[in-house]
Amino acid sequence: MTDIFEPEIVAFCCHYCAYTAADMAGSKRISYPPNVKIIRVPCTGKVDAIHIMKALEKGADGVYVAGCLEGDCHFKTGNLRAAQRVRRVKALLEEIGFDSRRVEMILMSAGMGERFAQTAREFTEKIRELGPNPIRSAIQEQARRAAG
Amino acid sequence: MKTESRLEKVLASGALAVTSECGPPRGALPEKVREKAGMLRGCVDAINVTDNQTAMVRMSSWAAGILIKQMGLDPVLQMVTRDRNRLAMQADIIGAYSLGINTMLCLSGDHPKFGDHPMAANVHDIDSVQLIQMVVKMRNEGKFQGGKDIDHPPKMFVGAAANPFADPFELRVMRLAKKVKAGADFIQTQCIYNLDKFETWMEGVRQRGLHEKVYILAGITPIKTAGMARYMKNRVPGMDVPDAIVKRMESVPKEQQPEEGIRIAVESIQRLKEVEGVSGFHIMAIEWEEKVPEILEKSGLLPRPEP
Amino acid sequence: MITAVRKPMEEIIACVSPYDRILLVGCNECVSVCSAGGRKEVALLSSALQMHFLKQGKTIEIREMTLERQCDPEYVEELVNYMDGADAVLSMACGCGVQTIAARFREKPVFPAVNTTFMGASERQGVWSERCQGCGDCVLGITGGICPIARCSKRLLNGPCGGSTKGKCEIDANVDCAWQLIWDRLKALGLEKRIEDVIEAKDWRTSRDGGPRKIVREDLAS
Repeated sequence: MTDIFEPEIVAFCCHYCAYTAADMAGSKRISYPPNVKIIRVPCTGKVDAIHIMKALEKGADGVYVAGCLEGDCHFKTGNLRAAQRVRRVKALLEEIGFDSRRVEMILMSAGMGERFAQTAREFTEKIRELGPNPIRSAIQEQARRAAG
Repeated sequence: MKTESRLEKVLASGALAVTSECGPPRGALPEKVREKAGMLRGCVDAINVTDNQTAMVRMSSWAAGILIKQMGLDPVLQMVTRDRNRLAMQADIIGAYSLGINTMLCLSGDHPKFGDHPMAANVHDIDSVQLIQMVVKMRNEGKFQGGKDIDHPPKMFVGAAANPFADPFELRVMRLAKKVKAGADFIQTQCIYNLDKFETWMEGVRQRGLHEKVYILAGITPIKTAGMARYMKNRVPGMDVPDAIVKRMESVPKEQQPEEGIRIAVESIQRLKEVEGVSGFHIMAIEWEEKVPEILEKSGLLPRPEP
Repeated sequence: MITAVRKPMEEIIACVSPYDRILLVGCNECVSVCSAGGRKEVALLSSALQMHFLKQGKTIEIREMTLERQCDPEYVEELVNYMDGADAVLSMACGCGVQTIAARFREKPVFPAVNTTFMGASERQGVWSERCQGCGDCVLGITGGICPIARCSKRLLNGPCGGSTKGKCEIDANVDCAWQLIWDRLKALGLEKRIEDVIEAKDWRTSRDGGPRKIVREDLAS
């Protein structure tokens, strides 16, 4: 076992912007931390509160939703809805004493490869500072018991 | 004469009537009531005693009214429908009458939200119009609201409030008509600062002949400071304080503002005296009762007639 | 519909803390529509509770169920097979649902996870407003289709009061004055005169004041 904490981050990325931006970062060989696991969604409006919660409940150290710039949503206002949901999840997390900084909404356009990489780096660093998801050890404990 | 009410007698005589008000104390000190009422002795025909005004707990209107009655003065029992159901209201009306209170004012009352018990239940079993109906029925038919006979019914001279300045304005005359229909004997209006608008309202009242069916007492509240003028203009629902009044208060140095406020009140009374259908004045000098005699003196409303 | 809002997590957590196995039950009717206690909200609450207890090193078992209609014994019966595996029930239905479960499963503690709020209608997406108080003697026919009992802050039957300002209620500039709405509507209907008809004091026996109410339909009752 190693003592170095490597955050696990889930990024829900809109197909029309952030996902394409990630692609661009890749093709331009702009590196970003491998901690960020991308889940492509057709629109961030498709990301439900439960998706974010489940990611955290299963042990993700941070979750962000990356959608289009304001006014650029392919489905008109999916990104705004996602932002509202993120706010709601953050409030719920605060209610259960869970640091809501582990969840963020981020906006970008398809052409922002550099921004995608930078966001991934910054968010990873922020989570690294916050430390592991506090329920991680409980989950590991559970897994150990399940394994007998 | 429908009742023994001194106010009714003055109004019936054709003289301009004068009422004022006294907010009971927030505690059990009878002296506070006597002190305030004492300032009004000889100046007014009746003294309204507010009922948990602005939804703050105070000495009950009937208890304070009796203290006033014991001084040989004439209280007007104010009653709001916010705090009691019809059983409690009728019981209080009978009780007050048995102790010599013969004049009352029917109101719905400020919402508890404005007071110091915003968590209280809001009763409103009946509304102010239905309260008028109820008291009139008690007097005229000798029956409780529920229909049973009253053994020695209370004979109250029944008042109601009217706010010529609330919205929608077009409804305000109709609303008065409704209170008249319900049986109100007299009306005390909201404080009048916008005289033009009041006169427009009175014109509507006269067109319907309502001024011949009900005595209308014009509400006057002297303004103490420019700050109070601004507050009433901006913060008090249903209050119409024209800019000109605020400016006039602001135009004089702070120490002269009370004097200016009194001057405005006196000028208003003098102008409103000429309005056909105005049967008198209701002076609400909030925590400034000592100025009522001066205002009335300057307005030529003293001495009071002996009906 | 009946509207509700989730209780603060702190309160819910305090209720279920003593238990290890929770049956979390939502309802597919009103509370689903107002996004307070349907399948989605059940999942979200379950996840939040799970995370809260995991954070404290405690593992609890939460079984999620969403019934078609929690105020109906027929559907509540579906819970029968799961009750043995639960120490307590947490219901996201309105108070009617909570009580139906409590009545059926007498030995199981039942906690409400929502505050049942009012009978209302949807104004627009995500906004619900109170429309009915169930007084048992509808006056909408004479008030232009706007209920003064539910919508006037003083439930005046002969309004508006003197606090009506620019169409809004004195208690809050975001609350419409019901009597302004009634007046506007009566005008639109050409029934202005009606505003002068004194509406008599209401007989509250048909409302809650007459005691708990019951409807028995002889033709349907078994």
